[in-house]
Formats: sequence, C-alpha cells, structure tokens
Amino acid sequence: MPVDVEARVIRNTRLSTDYNVIALAAPEIAAATAPGQFVMVKLGHGSTPLLRRPFSVFEILRTSGRVDGLTLLSKRVGVTTGMLFDAVEGDVVSCLGPLGRPYAPVDPPAEAWMVAGGVGLAPFATLTEALRARGTTVTLFYGARTGRELFYLDWFRERGVRLVLSTEDGSAGDRGRVTLPLERELQGAAGRSLMVYACGPEPMLAAVARVAATSHQPSQVSVERVMGCGLGGCYSCVIPLRNGPKGHHYVRSCIGGPVFDGDRVVWD
Amino acid sequence: MGVGCWKLGVDVDLSVQIGALTLRNPIIAASGCFGYGIEYAGVVDLSLLGGIAVKGLFLAEREGHPPERIVETPAGMLNAIGLQGIGVHRFIREKLPELRDRRATVIVNICGSTLDEYVELARILSDAEGVAALELNISCPNIKEGGITFGCSLTGTHAVVSAVKKVTRLPVIPKLTPNVTDVASFARASEDAGADAVSLVNTFLAMAIDVETRRPKLSNIVGGLSGPAIRPIAVRMVYECRRTVKIPVIGMGGIASATDTLEFLIAGATAVQVGTANFADPFIWTKLLDGLRAYLQRHGIARVADLTGTIDTTAREKEWISS
Repeated sequence: MPVDVEARVIRNTRLSTDYNVIALAAPEIAAATAPGQFVMVKLGHGSTPLLRRPFSVFEILRTSGRVDGLTLLSKRVGVTTGMLFDAVEGDVVSCLGPLGRPYAPVDPPAEAWMVAGGVGLAPFATLTEALRARGTTVTLFYGARTGRELFYLDWFRERGVRLVLSTEDGSAGDRGRVTLPLERELQGAAGRSLMVYACGPEPMLAAVARVAATSHQPSQVSVERVMGCGLGGCYSCVIPLRNGPKGHHYVRSCIGGPVFDGDRVVWD
Repeated sequence: MGVGCWKLGVDVDLSVQIGALTLRNPIIAASGCFGYGIEYAGVVDLSLLGGIAVKGLFLAEREGHPPERIVETPAGMLNAIGLQGIGVHRFIREKLPELRDRRATVIVNICGSTLDEYVELARILSDAEGVAALELNISCPNIKEGGITFGCSLTGTHAVVSAVKKVTRLPVIPKLTPNVTDVASFARASEDAGADAVSLVNTFLAMAIDVETRRPKLSNIVGGLSGPAIRPIAVRMVYECRRTVKIPVIGMGGIASATDTLEFLIAGATAVQVGTANFADPFIWTKLLDGLRAYLQRHGIARVADLTGTIDTTAREKEWISS
C-alpha cells in the first residue's frame, strides 16, 4: 500500500555537476520498498512542476539496524531534478511510494548480471542487497559517458559485486556502450544459468534484451516512460508488450512495470 | 479551521441532487483521471467520493495512441491518450462488481463512434447492477471518429442525448467541450433533449512543440489541456451555463483545492469533478471534503446545495454602472 510522506532532506550529496544523491527521511516507504520499486516525487507547492516525477529508490538507509530513510540517485535534466539537485538539508520533498512491480531476484546457482546505463544505476543497490541475502553471485556492467560519471564503485565492490565498466570516451573500462562487454561475456557464458537485469536509456534496454535473448538468457528490464501519476490513473506511461505473434498491447509501466521481461517488450 | 467556527462540530449536509440521483457529496473523480476507480482503492476509500466517473468506455476494447501521451505545460498538462480502454463488457465483468462492493457511486462515461453505439452502450449499462448515471463523452478532443462530432454540433448534441434518454432510466449527463464559441447553447440543447445534468469542461484543444527537434511533444500532435491553467475559463463557462439552463451543472477544470471547488459551486455548479490534481495528490479527496465542510461551518451554511450559484454580482454591476 503506497503512502505519501512529506520527507525531510537528511543530506544532499552532489556527485558531479549533474548527479546527486539525496537522502530523505521516509522510513515508512523505505521499509516497504522491494528492489526496483519507485517513488513519485514532488517539490514545492505551486503549479510548477504540476506533476510528480518517478525515481527508483536507490539505497535503503539504516541506523543501527533500523530503517530510517532512503536515497534517490538523480541526474539534473529538468525542473524537478534541478530542484532535487539544489535541495538542502531540512527541505521537504513529497514522496509517494513504494510503487510498481519490482525485480524478481534469482537464487543460486543462477547468477545475476546487472546492466546499468548512467542514472540507471539507481535500482541496483537494493537489488544487490536482495541478491546478496540469497547468496547469489552478482556482476554489475556499468556504463557512462565518462569515468567521472561512474559512481558508487566502492559501494558495490565492498558488497562483493564484480564490476565491468565501460565509458563512451574510453576513460574507464571498455570504450563504447555497456552492451559491448555484456555481449562479449555472454558469449563466454553459454550454458550457465543467468538472469540479466537492466536499467538505463530505452535504446540500451532494447540492446540488452536483444543480446540476452540471442544468448538464450532471460532478462528483466526497468523502463522509464513519461509518467503522470504512478498509480494507473492517467494511462500515459504505457509500453507495448507482445501479444501473440504479431500484435502488441499497451501496458501501464507504473503498475504493470516498471520491470518487464525483456523479451515481452516490443522495442521499436 | 479558522476563527469564527461558531458552528464547529455541527455537521453540514454535503449531499447534492443530480436528477433522480443523490450524491453523498459534490466531489466526483473526473473521467480519464481515475482509471476505473479500482486503481485507487489502495489509497482512498472509494465510498468517500461523491462519485467516480470511470475512464471513457466504447463497446470494444481500444489501444489508444502511441506514447508520448502527456506533456506538462505551465500550470497544466496536455494529454492525448486516445481513450485506451477495456470496453464495456470487460468493465461490467471485471470492474463493476468490485466498485459495487466498495460502495462507489459509479458514473460510467461512454463514447461512441456512432449514435447507435451510444444507444447500445446505454442499453447495456442500464441492465448492469451498480451504475448510478451515464456521462456522455461527446467532447474528447483526441480521437477523430465520433464523440466530438456530436459535441461540436447543437443538433448532434440534441440527437445523442435524446436517443440515449429513450433507452435508459439512468440520469444522463452529457460532458461538454469548451472548444466551441458558446458552450451555454450546448447546455441548452442538452436540456431541451432531456439531459438530467451537464458536465463541463472537457479539455481545451492545445499543442506543444519541442523547438530543438521541431517535433510536436505529443504523438497525436495535438492534445487536451487541463490543470489550473484552464480554471478561470472553466469557471466562466460554468457561470454562463448556470444562467442558461435549469438542470444541474457539474463543473470541472483545474480544481486543486477546496477554494477552487467553492469557486465552481458559487459560480453555479451543483457538483464538481477533479482530475489532474489527483495525479499529483491521490490523497486530495479528504482535503477537499474537509475544506468544504469547514467553509460551510464557518459561513453557517447547513447544506452545500444552498451554495450553488450564490455568486453576488450586484456590487460589481453597481460599481460598473456608476463608473
């Protein structure tokens, strides 16, 4: 059951000129969040912005074992993300959640391969925790424009996650798209039991779903569509899912997703 | 609650009358903004609402337009969903029983490509248990066929209302478009045809362009504008309709607070619908009802129905005459 929390900003850490991690005192939401779920966020009380914006829950914060908040990983692109970037400790962010269909974590002997593009890293902290609790081996394929935009590497390393990095400018890891090392490693993993998890720009998700399917591996992708309400009321965030050999039907990504099986989505 | 609550604790009567239908309060969830109601059962007690105008239904299922379907604009949003929907038969089978169990007052919004489709929908829904009223969608700006064709012609409006009235005993509420020169004449055509009430306004036909790509921001190119941006125009249209017809007017357009609700009621609305504001705040309903109740208590008004159309224009007229 989602709740609406007027959450106080605990701290706001700028990771670069565009990226920030904002910590919010929303323990009710944090305690109920499953990996890949999201919150709908609104700042200010006026009509600009009018609508909330969706954000994956990044970290669940705990103080001596007690859940006391959550963080969001944000990249400044519009009004709301600009306000999230500029927010200071003590500001209040209206936070509705947790929402959406989460990732389904796999158990050993299956391995988890997480594929993140840019701000698409967000759902993989909670997924890592869930996978680790099951003893599942985790690899993170993480791509960004440049090495300076690869964040939280130590966080994942400390939790035993194997990192495979790529950057478009070649400043860290493979030069090129994140699907380059993914495809290479998939070819070397024939016959192994894997689950590929992806979050990032839609062309990346389409490519990940395609290369996973080519290697006969299942995938779960978290999509981001323009979302009006997050509860299934407005029908704006639809994504076409395969429906028979030729057809498709539109499914609301807020309640039918945001996580979908990669081979069910019709990528265009 | 503010000072002067001399009747604090005295309960006020929020019920309103739409034809033969009594609503427990005047706050209705607007069609297209509340799914089929079930989506919101987890966050709001559906029986608290005056009514739920469910998402527009055709006879058949519809896919709607491809994304992008919405875009935010200053104090508003454009939508071109294209009436994606499950069709009337699945609605009756899959949604209506739960709405009934949750004691929701269900206003079914129906859309037809032809006059016969409206009639057929009205027939089918009149036989279904748990439907309180029919809202005729003759005003969706986003689909080419039907609907708006009736809503933009006085004879078309008259024809669809009278045809539906002939086959149902449910209250019939045509939902009017603001995209006409004189919306009050459409309210009058509806009244003449036997409508039990009119609801207005649907969205304003509008568009937004991405100047970098020079492409429209919506896949449908144009869409309907809603939200606070349209509120003053909607208030004016409700005021005009109230002065033209005797049947109840259900007002909507950018309502986001109790004050906004009151503005519509005072302008002449018997009830209101709330749409876009529910997207940003799905918990808005109790806030609106509490605010409405507090206002009535503060002003010593026992029944919300007594507030309808109580706008006082005399002073303004005097000022204008003497200036």
